[in-house]
Amino acid sequence: MEKTILEVEDLVTTFKTAGGEVSAVRGISFSLKKGETLCIVGESGCGKSITALSIMGLLAANAKSRGNVHFNGKNLLELKQDEMRKIRGNDISMIFQEPMTALNPTFTIGFQLCEPLLIHRNLSKKAARQKGIDLLKQVGIPMPEKRMKQYPHELSGGMRQRVMIAIALACSPKLLIADEPTTALDVTIQAQILDLLNDLKEEFETSVIMITHDMGVVAEVADRVIVMYAGEVIEEGSVEELFNDPQHPYTRGLLASVPNVDDPEFKLNPIPGTLPNLNEEIRGCRFHPRCPFAMEKCVQASPVQTNRKQNHSVRCWLQEAEADEYSKCQPSSAV
Amino acid sequence: MAGLIIRRVLQLILLLLGISFIVFLSMHIAPGDPADIIGGPTASKEDIEGIRESLGLNEPLMVQYFDYLKGVIHGDFGFSFQTKESVSEALLSRFPNTLNLAIASIIVAIVIGVTAGIISALKHNSWFDGAATVISLAGISIPNFWLGAILILVFAVNLQWFPVGGLTEPFWTVEGMKQLILPAITLGTGSAAMIARMSRSAMLEVIRADYVRTARAKGVKEKTVIMVHCLRNAMIPVITVIGLNFGFLLGGTIITEQVFAINGVGRLMIESIAARDFPMVQGAVLLVATLFVLVNLVVDIVYALIDPRIGFE
Ligand SMILES: Nc1ncnc2c1ncn2[C@@H]1O[C@H](COP(=O)(O)OP(=O)(O)O)[C@@H](O)[C@H]1O
Ligand SMILES: [Mg+2]
Repeated sequence: MEKTILEVEDLVTTFKTAGGEVSAVRGISFSLKKGETLCIVGESGCGKSITALSIMGLLAANAKSRGNVHFNGKNLLELKQDEMRKIRGNDISMIFQEPMTALNPTFTIGFQLCEPLLIHRNLSKKAARQKGIDLLKQVGIPMPEKRMKQYPHELSGGMRQRVMIAIALACSPKLLIADEPTTALDVTIQAQILDLLNDLKEEFETSVIMITHDMGVVAEVADRVIVMYAGEVIEEGSVEELFNDPQHPYTRGLLASVPNVDDPEFKLNPIPGTLPNLNEEIRGCRFHPRCPFAMEKCVQASPVQTNRKQNHSVRCWLQEAEADEYSKCQPSSAV
Repeated sequence: MAGLIIRRVLQLILLLLGISFIVFLSMHIAPGDPADIIGGPTASKEDIEGIRESLGLNEPLMVQYFDYLKGVIHGDFGFSFQTKESVSEALLSRFPNTLNLAIASIIVAIVIGVTAGIISALKHNSWFDGAATVISLAGISIPNFWLGAILILVFAVNLQWFPVGGLTEPFWTVEGMKQLILPAITLGTGSAAMIARMSRSAMLEVIRADYVRTARAKGVKEKTVIMVHCLRNAMIPVITVIGLNFGFLLGGTIITEQVFAINGVGRLMIESIAARDFPMVQGAVLLVATLFVLVNLVVDIVYALIDPRIGFE
């Protein structure tokens, strides 16, 4: 694989709230290689969007991030506002979940699409317009000249998401963060948008962080996957590893809650319980109250990360228990 | 666009019919006989009767009303009982003063209101926000005659920065502007407060909108995010408030004109009511009502220009 373009180390994001300080992201680390698609999965509320917004520097005023986000030889968390602004929409772009509200209702598609080109590329108005028309063609929007003059409310949700993709890719970013870009769309449109993203990723040579709560989307686009639970990464691996050999009970639960169209006998098995509140104190593993395999140890201490294979790591005490069993059987060959 | 205008004109005609009838009725039912006032204290019973007869006041009410309407349809608003001048000429000669005052007031209100509202929203919960909230509450509740009197006392009598009253110079001269400033502040304060409240809440809502986050994600400069992406959307509800207030200001100059001795429609109206000068009161009320509807039409058009989701259908 090629070189690493993004390296997140021990990212912590906290919010000041009326009830004190709460952490939405609790020390997560991951890296992204050039041309790779990394999926971040987890239930709604587990901190996926906040992770993305922390990288983008677009958090609400009551939020604070610490740790390191290395991109292009810089720690993004230490950049001045204006330096970060020059990266946004240029080197790193983001697409959001709600295409219906993500575009400004009072400006034309053309204005909104040309804006990043005028800001970052210093194009003339005319050149930006031409480039905008080309971009609309690339994201599969028919009659692009006409669309340029239209307003968002004149376009369907799927078309608006295509426009958002065009805006995000306008300056050929090195990294595209897509935060549940298909969640709000119809199933057929979802598939089209995912295909489009897959194609454009090759065409623009962009690395992608795809955020989703849908294992179906993961299977469709991911090279590598990180699974988040309550602000932490609990499992990470290649998409094959994760689907064929999921380790963490939570990951298994996520996979069991995906409807399987091919297997009529398949029973949907949602994970019991709900995510803890941000201000809830949980000792030990944050998943243990919902975990069917929780042991004494899980309540006592939070699990350490264990590497199963070169591209598969898990944070779960069951791993250690398994390893113990293993070493008991074959004491001499234990590594 | 044409549909909108036709609808408004029809609305205006109905409104004017209703208003003219109510004003007509209340003027005739209210105690006080214009003939008494014209005749003066020395007039004999016969004199008064003669005046009543000549003014047509002895006809049945309905006949009087329809005679009046007939005149209005032909563009004839009648003649003042008191001065015998044509009502339309009298109104037209006073109207520029009222219009200048209303425009100056709405400008004061927009500049102060929108600026304060935006700063309040951007510095949400700061001392500025708190102070602006308190001042707007005061601004809405202070009566115009009191504020006018205080301003005159402080800035005209004590400091002598501005004249005590009158509006005699054209507004583009320095003297004219000086004459306009205190009355404009007096009349515009309430509107400034309302516009500030609306701008603040609209801006607060818009700042949190998804499309503002999109703009930031594109790398738009913060100043452009606020002044372009936010402002345009926040102004949509504010424009309604501005239009409504401008309508109120046009019709609400009465007290301010009185306090600052400005010869406008409002003052004319007060004098005419006191003199039971029916045609003059009628004419003034119809003028104000027409302006109110026209202002609303302009607001609708501006609205559709700013918000593409609203068509001209
Ligand atoms: N401005 C904020 N203040 C306080 N808590 C917040 C704020 N924004 C998000 N959160 C909380 O952070 C947690 C993670 O949210 P998010 O990252 O949006 O979840 P998701 O994984 O669904 O994208 C949620 O519990 C959410 O309530
Ligand atoms: Mg989210």
